[in-house]
Amino acid sequence: MHELAMKGEVRTPAKRGRYDAGVLKYREMGYWQPDYVPKDTDVIALFRITPQPGVEPEEAAAAVAGESSTATWTVVWTDRLTACDLYRAKAYRVDPVPNTGAGTNTSPQFFAYIAYELDLFEEGSIANLTASIIGNVFGFKPLQALRLEDMRIPVAYVKTFQGPATGIVVERERLDKFGRPLLGATTKPKLGLSGRNYGRVVYEALKGGLDFVKDDENINSQPFMHWRDRYLFCMEAVNRASAATGEVKGHYLNVTAATMEDMYERAEFAKELGSAIIMIDLVIGYTAIQSMAKWARRNDMILHLHRAGHGTYTRQKNHGVSFRVIAKWMRLAGVDHIHAGTVVGKLEGDPAVIAGIYDTLREPLTAANLSHGLFFEQDWAGLRKVMPVASGGIHAGQMHQLLTYLGEDVVLQFGGGTIGHPEGIQAGAQANRVALEAMVQARNEGADIWNEGPEILDRAARWCTPLRAALETWRDITFNYTSTDTVDFVPTATAVG
Amino acid sequence: MRVTQGTFSFLPDLTDAQIAAQADYALRQGWALSIEFTDDPHPRNTYWEMWALPMFDARDAAAVLREVQACRKAHPSNYVRVNAFDATRGFETVRLSFIVNRPAKELGFTLTRTEDAGRNVRYTIHSRRAASETAE
Repeated sequence: MHELAMKGEVRTPAKRGRYDAGVLKYREMGYWQPDYVPKDTDVIALFRITPQPGVEPEEAAAAVAGESSTATWTVVWTDRLTACDLYRAKAYRVDPVPNTGAGTNTSPQFFAYIAYELDLFEEGSIANLTASIIGNVFGFKPLQALRLEDMRIPVAYVKTFQGPATGIVVERERLDKFGRPLLGATTKPKLGLSGRNYGRVVYEALKGGLDFVKDDENINSQPFMHWRDRYLFCMEAVNRASAATGEVKGHYLNVTAATMEDMYERAEFAKELGSAIIMIDLVIGYTAIQSMAKWARRNDMILHLHRAGHGTYTRQKNHGVSFRVIAKWMRLAGVDHIHAGTVVGKLEGDPAVIAGIYDTLREPLTAANLSHGLFFEQDWAGLRKVMPVASGGIHAGQMHQLLTYLGEDVVLQFGGGTIGHPEGIQAGAQANRVALEAMVQARNEGADIWNEGPEILDRAARWCTPLRAALETWRDITFNYTSTDTVDFVPTATAVG
Repeated sequence: MRVTQGTFSFLPDLTDAQIAAQADYALRQGWALSIEFTDDPHPRNTYWEMWALPMFDARDAAAVLREVQACRKAHPSNYVRVNAFDATRGFETVRLSFIVNRPAKELGFTLTRTEDAGRNVRYTIHSRRAASETAE
């Protein structure tokens, strides 16, 4: 028998030791440390926590810290074989979320700041980082809902990642295209075209004035068009358009497939045919994305990422992972392009949230900016910049808004707005390119494009018939719905450390 | 055909006033302007001939425009472009590049196809040259 039991000693819960068998509150196990000052090398995560009724926010935060680092539901003596004080994640701050709780129709929510020791993570591995940070905690019963809002990745960890295979600067130098957003379109209909018909759309759009055409996320290798056929016809289109214009042109050949072996085979074929760019879908997973990024760096290939599937966990404000965090992970993982919102198009996108995401992708150092949803300063330590892609329900009549909101280093993709043009695809592409160049020219000359944009477009439409037709067809089309993913702080708020 | 490289090739050729306005914009951003010319606008011809060194110390657009005019006069049947270079960390690259002169008749390119294994085709783009140049 155990010697304590033999002596008849029974401990009361109040006097229990930290490592005695049994269940302790997470905050009593060291996962809540309000005095903790994060180290420069700590990974910091900011969670939006909605505790179950009766669960204190500090305990909920400590539980998230525990379950995303070393803890389990009960005390284990084997903690004492480790430097457990170091490895324990520390919840060090909990703030109520503005406009939640009493007096509102939303359950009380809290922002919990949690710091993680760098040694908890394997170098250069998004899979390992995310297995901890979002691995177990999202189904945790004491929480009604949980959302990962932002992360601060320390420079020491940033430097273990390759980052974008090509990056904005080198992409532009390879394409020989400067001073304006790039223009693209997704081939439509997205499913059903044969390889030969598909290549026709690519040729028309590129010759008409676009820089890129794109496979859609679900174009892989289906009965109506196998991948090799698509690649061959698309590269005929790309080369013909290049010879007709003197410009470098590209088509994002989607290499997404069932296995890594298939993806490598498709990527190799794209390279053999001389393609400048390939694409993958977010649904292939973080490890596959990192593998393709390394392949792209080795093979002088631009790597486009379509964020297929992200809406399932990024859109709702109270649960999931914010897209700004996905954007951060993808810059580390090493993609060159990522779909990141249009503000004005058909898909979700609050202007302040989108601005925060674009800054995350494009800045060498992203400043904390609560009014854009950025809770931390993020130093990218020389990691290359990712080109954001704006796609979904945008058209030439919005050019002044797009340039104002999204700036210059962006790919504007007008799929319907090119292919649906009443005078044909070349005319649609030309309308978009003329609208874009006229707007950049006017902006550089000092025009107030936000207010004068429609007149600038009208002036160009006087000599450009395709632009006139585009404006007549789409000018009044807008998608004004309330965003579900918005920021919590008014624009006057400033950074908090 | 019309070579559509450069930021503004889909617009009517820029007037001197419009060129000066773009140069002025670049100078206000702190970028250095340079002028380059070529008789071969092949899409992979990166290194056009430099018309002197980049104008790191130019402060007004009029001086840039004078250089554009001088380059045009010396090479009237060549392509001439103005580049704006940004030395800021994170860029250190061209930020704006636009054509300010082109030959009266643009000859364009030929696409050569070489059939390869399977259905593969190797593509080569050749710049078309004027007959007199080809004879040299």
